[in-house]
Amino acid sequence: MQPSSPASPPLRKLRVALEVEIPSDVRYIEQVVEVVARQCRQLAYNKRQTTLNVPVALTEALSNAILRGNAEQPAKHVQVRCDVDSTRLVVEVVDEGTGFDLNGCMEDPTLPENIVREDGRGLYLMARLMDSVERFSNHGNVVRMTLRRHD
Amino acid sequence: MSFAIKKDGDIVVVDVEGQLIVGNRQELKQKVLDELERGERKFLVDFSRTGYIDSSGLGVLVSLSKKIREQGGELRLADLNDDLKTLFELTKLDTLFQISDTREMALQSF
Repeated sequence: MQPSSPASPPLRKLRVALEVEIPSDVRYIEQVVEVVARQCRQLAYNKRQTTLNVPVALTEALSNAILRGNAEQPAKHVQVRCDVDSTRLVVEVVDEGTGFDLNGCMEDPTLPENIVREDGRGLYLMARLMDSVERFSNHGNVVRMTLRRHD
Repeated sequence: MSFAIKKDGDIVVVDVEGQLIVGNRQELKQKVLDELERGERKFLVDFSRTGYIDSSGLGVLVSLSKKIREQGGELRLADLNDDLKTLFELTKLDTLFQISDTREMALQSF
């Protein structure tokens, strides 16, 4: 008789916390995005969440932190704190800048007068692709994004 | 991530392989502008091998479209996956660009 293999432990009990620090260089963005997206894939977030919502929103947050928050200064770093389980992803991007007013910066890029603008879509996409986007100061300028898992 | 540029008749076809994001958008912009400078006027960007695009990638497409149109040319897009279609719909850029389902359809549309 074959010994019965133990059942896989339930994914719903798994919680992963990650912290990544990168220099202020946009070339690191793709690697950080892949680290976070991989955790979401392992916890069975749906395809769209792992190929669109998380990658695009996190790329926007990281590029804001590197280009605007830290003004690409090599001595400054960006921290990414990711806490993900089978119910939600919380990801915080921390830069060394002075911060910004999230609502004050958000102009609707889909208005006819804005549609041909080259910039101004980043915060809008973060808000549309995540369930919530908050900004606050806590030993740096923090942008916190939350996404509920969908099958 | 890389950009391959080929000619199909009088149409310049750009394949975007991987992501089109803040770290590589300038490379795409420069390659297309170089072709525009050489006198090319018809441009097609094929996204069949593209992962995701961020706001700066979208911005470069908008900017290139404007510059090409100013020279009497046109930039068209083809073969967006479902994620990319969603991105263009969310930003309403699907109203700004002519988007074809396949490369062949786009090539015939010029």
